[in-house]
Amino acid sequence: MIAETGLAALWLAAGLAALQLVLMVLALRSDLEVGRTVRAIAVVQGALTLVAFAMLLLVFARTDLSVALVFENSNVAQPFIYKVAGTWGNHEGSMLLWVAILSVAGAFLAFLSRRTSERTLVAALGAQAALALGFYAFLLIASNPFARLDLNNALFTGALNARGLNPLLQDPGLAFHPPTLYLGYVGLSVAFSLAVGALLTDQVDAQLARAMRPWVLGAWVLLTLGITAGSYWAYYELGWGGYWFWDPVENASLMPWLAATALLHSINVLAARGALKAWTMMLAVIAFSMSMVGTFLVRSGILTSVHAFAIDPERGTFLLALLAIYVGAAFTLFAVRGATLKEGAPFELISRETGLVINNLLLSVVLGIVFLGTLYPLFVEAVSGEKLSVGAPYFNAVAGPLALILAVLVGVGPLLSWRRERRPVFKQLTIPVLLGVTALAITIIVSPSMTILPRLGLTVATYLAAASILPLLRRNPLRAPLATWGMVIAHFGIAVALAGMAMNAAFTSERLAVIKPGETLDVGPWTVLLKDVTPGAGKNWTAVEADLRATRGEKITVLKPQTRYFSNPPTETNEAAIETFWNGQLYTVIGKPDPSGGWQVRLWWKPFVTLIWTGGALIGFGGALALLGRLWRRRRRRSDWRKERYV
Amino acid sequence: MKPKNQRLVLVVAAIVAVLIAVLLAMWGLKDRASYFYTPADVVAGKAVQGQAMRLGGMVERGSIQRQADGVTIRFVVTDGKARTPVVYRGIVPNLFREGSGAVAEGRLENGTFVADTILAKHDERYMPPQLGNLAAEHKAGKTLER
Repeated sequence: MIAETGLAALWLAAGLAALQLVLMVLALRSDLEVGRTVRAIAVVQGALTLVAFAMLLLVFARTDLSVALVFENSNVAQPFIYKVAGTWGNHEGSMLLWVAILSVAGAFLAFLSRRTSERTLVAALGAQAALALGFYAFLLIASNPFARLDLNNALFTGALNARGLNPLLQDPGLAFHPPTLYLGYVGLSVAFSLAVGALLTDQVDAQLARAMRPWVLGAWVLLTLGITAGSYWAYYELGWGGYWFWDPVENASLMPWLAATALLHSINVLAARGALKAWTMMLAVIAFSMSMVGTFLVRSGILTSVHAFAIDPERGTFLLALLAIYVGAAFTLFAVRGATLKEGAPFELISRETGLVINNLLLSVVLGIVFLGTLYPLFVEAVSGEKLSVGAPYFNAVAGPLALILAVLVGVGPLLSWRRERRPVFKQLTIPVLLGVTALAITIIVSPSMTILPRLGLTVATYLAAASILPLLRRNPLRAPLATWGMVIAHFGIAVALAGMAMNAAFTSERLAVIKPGETLDVGPWTVLLKDVTPGAGKNWTAVEADLRATRGEKITVLKPQTRYFSNPPTETNEAAIETFWNGQLYTVIGKPDPSGGWQVRLWWKPFVTLIWTGGALIGFGGALALLGRLWRRRRRRSDWRKERYV
Repeated sequence: MKPKNQRLVLVVAAIVAVLIAVLLAMWGLKDRASYFYTPADVVAGKAVQGQAMRLGGMVERGSIQRQADGVTIRFVVTDGKARTPVVYRGIVPNLFREGSGAVAEGRLENGTFVADTILAKHDERYMPPQLGNLAAEHKAGKTLER
């Protein structure tokens, strides 16, 4: 019954989305007053998808094996948290989560939006419904999460053995990483719908930008945190000691982030100055298109990785068709309406507007490079049948220097004033530049053999750390708006993350050897003793566990890396043991036994590697602060306005 | 700047940005993309010595040899038509075993493939697409032999 309820809710929601779309078209063609109705429908539609998702959660929590999806992806022996998180650890469930977030975002837009004109809102809700409708169709036709298990078929194929969640995904990270990322991905749909709505009603103005901004900020914060968390997850779960692999799936999350970052900056120009209208609408369309490209890349099974749950050409074609329809329609609309947009406010060459335009251009170039590098293998294989992969050597060499240039300019942009800058701004940057040069000199003296990118990374990071706080020093920091604080913290976070990446690249030391219990291995400043290797067991795995004693000076640190063996499906995973210190992380992995009685042990000493994720968290925190500041200010303004009216 | 000019400048800037992105990407992809080869391709001389590439195939049964240092292994990758020796220093992935599919990243040096990374298939359900056909061919070949 539970599964059927979920399915019914999904069908109802699809029907409501269709109705919402029809009403939007009617309202745009006549002056029909449908605002209230459309709002109500959007809210109910959101509630229905929540019901559907809750039903799927319930089915997974109870491990109802009569549902095919649960049967294929869950297991009675799995710990409870992974039973629940397993709901989105598979293709159908994660698509349902995607659609649920899409509809709930639409509901919130309907419920909360008071800033846009009624016509634009109705048009935006119609666009949101059109998006939802396509993905409902995808779920209901090509990947029904609630389908019952066909017992005869299962008996016939002899597949009667529940398979369980992929062990790599059996990690607390699964509970947070995908939902956070999805909220970010799909949160951008609201920006997309608002842009489409405003283009339809021809009301692209500062008002619209102010309505759109909290959504963009919120989605961007979640994307930032999702990517940061995903990076740390990959770092400790995969046991390779790397934090970013330029895997196509990682790029799929990076591309919407890059587009959203550009949008976040250009939307401020539109909100504050009414300029860059067409530009901002374009970015809003691109940002969510990148989310859909990402979903297509990950969910169509065209790429292989842990993220590609299933390989099914029907689904891939369906998703590709949806992608083509939505992106094509939005770009056509943009081409038709974009040229007729009224001119924004003018600005001079040296102004904050120009700074933000350059930021946007650089981000777009980086986005283009990542996009082309990610899709190139697919393109080549489709054209010539040749198989190839594009990895770190390409992305680091081509996008890396541009990212550094961008980081340099991050220090300059916030110092410029709107419209035109007459003051000698660059003088303020003297101290940061001197600090950067000092850092460069120190790296040359301390480590002459360092490669060029990490060296420049450290230089720019030092400069940016100082330059990013200048906007606060120009006035009384305590009276600066929360949004300014947010910006400063986010920009400072870039410097922190950059420093972490540079130091990880430059100073990491690694050792790999076979040692017997009682022997030691040195890495960086550490001496690590292999005390013992013992068997262990968990609820659905067995393991071998090494007992490592690391010393640096007197204090002994105990690390216990494991290799885990799962029987269902049969897999092994490496559980690295990582110890964090103020100045870095000691990362240990236990490998295979050796006939001599020793064990393969792999050790890394990674100075200041944690700065990478600290920086990511700071960037996200800065964004959250800016969002709070904007919302709070708007609330205060509204209550002031009410007070005035009643007085 | 006059509003008219401003729009023109912005449009030109956007077009230039797209062009720069495409040119940079083309420049980067020209010698930084690593091609996927099978042992048959290597024998046919398609792979350039010393260039980053991927080698995919089946780990030949009985070919894995552990070296004295305990962390270096030598094995042979085959696609049923040709064989390429591989040397790798590191902890092999968990599902790396003889008779199963693997993809190695690295370069050819004097006919031996020096691997930096080895990717094994994750489990029965997660097969690299590049190996999908190969596995089927391999199986078919075996049945024919019998």
